[in-house]
Amino acid sequence: MTEKKHIFSILVDNQPGVLSRIAGLFSGRGYNIESLCVAETIDPAISRITMVTMGDTQIIEQIKKQLFKLINVIKVYDLTDERSIQRELILIKVSAKANHRAEILRIVDIFRAKVVDVGSDHYTIEVTGTEDKIDAIITLLKPMGIKNITRSGRIALLREPKQ
Amino acid sequence: MELTGAQILMRAFKEEGVDTIFGYPGGAVLDFYDELSRTDFKHILVRHEQGAVHAADGYARASGKVGVCLVTSGPGATNTVTGIASANMDSIPLVVVTGQVPSALIGNDAFQEVDIVGITRPCTKHNYLVKNIKDLARIVKEAFYIARSGRPGPVLIDIPKDVANSKAIYDAPDTISLRSYNPTYEPNLRQLQKVIELIKNSRKPIIFAGGGIILSRASDALIEFSHRTKIPVTASLMGLGAFPGTDPLWLGMPGMHGTFRANMSIGEADLMIAAGVRFDDRVTGKVQEFAKHAEIVHIDIDPTSIHKNIPVAVPVVGDCKITLTHLNNLIHKVKLGDLDEIRKPWLEKIRKWKETTPLKYIQNGLIKPQFVVEKIYELTKGEAIITTEVGQNQMWAAQYYHFDKPNHFISSGGLGCMGFGLPAAIGAQVACPTKTVIDIAGDGSIQMNSQEFATAVQFNLPVKIAILNNGFLGMVRQWQELFYKKNYSWTNMNFAPDFVKLAEAYGAVGLRATQSSEVEPVIREALSIPRPVIMDFRVEQEENVYPMVPSGAAITNMILV
Ligand SMILES: Cc1ncc(C[n+]2csc(CCOP(=O)(O)OP(=O)(O)O)c2C)c(N)n1
Ligand SMILES: [Mg+2]
Repeated sequence: MTEKKHIFSILVDNQPGVLSRIAGLFSGRGYNIESLCVAETIDPAISRITMVTMGDTQIIEQIKKQLFKLINVIKVYDLTDERSIQRELILIKVSAKANHRAEILRIVDIFRAKVVDVGSDHYTIEVTGTEDKIDAIITLLKPMGIKNITRSGRIALLREPKQ
Repeated sequence: MELTGAQILMRAFKEEGVDTIFGYPGGAVLDFYDELSRTDFKHILVRHEQGAVHAADGYARASGKVGVCLVTSGPGATNTVTGIASANMDSIPLVVVTGQVPSALIGNDAFQEVDIVGITRPCTKHNYLVKNIKDLARIVKEAFYIARSGRPGPVLIDIPKDVANSKAIYDAPDTISLRSYNPTYEPNLRQLQKVIELIKNSRKPIIFAGGGIILSRASDALIEFSHRTKIPVTASLMGLGAFPGTDPLWLGMPGMHGTFRANMSIGEADLMIAAGVRFDDRVTGKVQEFAKHAEIVHIDIDPTSIHKNIPVAVPVVGDCKITLTHLNNLIHKVKLGDLDEIRKPWLEKIRKWKETTPLKYIQNGLIKPQFVVEKIYELTKGEAIITTEVGQNQMWAAQYYHFDKPNHFISSGGLGCMGFGLPAAIGAQVACPTKTVIDIAGDGSIQMNSQEFATAVQFNLPVKIAILNNGFLGMVRQWQELFYKKNYSWTNMNFAPDFVKLAEAYGAVGLRATQSSEVEPVIREALSIPRPVIMDFRVEQEENVYPMVPSGAAITNMILV
């Protein structure tokens, strides 16, 4: 069976220990977490966990059911094949020698990214977008010398059906 | 009126119908014990907290109620972990209350502090740390609800000492409703229609019943279903007693030490209706070969059990009893034809398997452990509650005691936890004071919790312990014999206490049989003594459990006697 990346949006009780229950479920059963993002929803009693994981259909099915079985998990959405908006935010510190500065700014412009910090020999760039877009800008900036990267992990929301 | 945390806990227990608490005191639960002395709960003082949990487990299984434990923080709490893990694997409803250091000290490595909520997260159905006394009554109520509803399981409540001794109004909701927890009891009726169609078209159907039948009290519905459809029944270790072991449609247990006819039937079946099982690897053997000609219907209240190990054709999420009752009603309305005629070739085939290859052992003058179990069966008329330890003793108990009723076979199935049988017997005896309760034990396992003899004697619980004393960690030795060229690395115990004297040291009665002719008199005598008795049966040392399916092989690939 073929493995595929899945993105889950999980609504949970906003209580201490809940994240540990979920992380424990993954480690205990040998499932893999690729990225994880947790924050309160509009209802402060509920948090949303957005998680990217890998597995074949049988494993993904188990993950979904096992997550839902946790007492503090309210809902589990698999957004992988749904119409959803998915974004990731990334901060890249790239070395910016004089002869590269113009090129870097051009790339920033094309990707609608932002320079959020400038130093004598670096730029820090903020980009949001889909994973493809982020991978693409990383590829283009690599030759300039990337000093550091931090990625937020994917977040996602279901699209409302068009009227 | 304001109550202390300790009073709130006792009142909450009362409201949940608790009558017995298995426990062990300590610093962090002094307030609870102080309050406990002013209540009328029966408290069974065990000798080790692991014993408390297994006893509560045995109590829960024999009575169908939630088992309750009370232990202190730190070592008291960690001692419960094995018992909790066993109950979790076997879906047994327990509420385990642990004391905790005062809230202000949590996280400071205080004396006798452990993060028991963290430790037991993966082996409980759910657990709680009570941070505010205002939540206590609600949490206890929720804990009982979660423990006994859906797929049951153990719930742990960790209560800091300051919560126990501060005061609040008793505040619990009338009913528990959790937006994040709503077990599905009612099955999808369309799925059941498919089951009926499959039954109509099947020529070689079998039913595979498990612990879920016992937990949902579905035995009667199962018997009716099997009798109406004339479908033979096999049941997992956890399901023994769910279907009468003396019924003509009974196939015996399947799997690694299953009967020939059960395993062959699974291999040939064209339809398997599985209910309340989780397809453990000890049952399935090589999964690709398991029931490979069969369409599988899987009924279970826990959706994670379905499609986990075995792909199924018709998944049915629902309570076993409700689902089987629906099926029985549906069957009423359909024509299944002349079932006697239709089933004849299949049942005939099964009968031949039973006839040619029954469960058997070879008598040779020494005491055969199987013979001891057979005699216990005979002399208790099949009506005793049997608990077991783990190993060969457990398998022989499962094979040779024919359970006709649910809640009579109590064994650590999923965890396979040595040391389970004696405390579980104590719990079962507390639940059923007038029943004969026998722990079929091994000489190794019994030493894991033998301190609980003291509990049995102190509380006048006349449990009987039948040690199938082979001088070995027999089941492991059997694997070494068969798969490690007889290299008996550290499975020969070489030394054990004199179990007769041990019994006497505890103020119980000890009896011994060293030859076959003594087996029956010893059992008779033990059964006539209204006190705890240890029977030391010196059985043949290197007897093996057969049939045996080598680990990872297809279950039709059996080593026979
Ligand atoms: C707590 C624990 N430790 C180790 C094991 C592994 N184990 C399984 S069966 C067995 C031998 C049990 O010996 P005994 O109680 O004498 O039973 P017998 O097989 O001889 O009947 C062992 C060591 C276990 N199941 N549980
Ligand atoms: Mg032994």
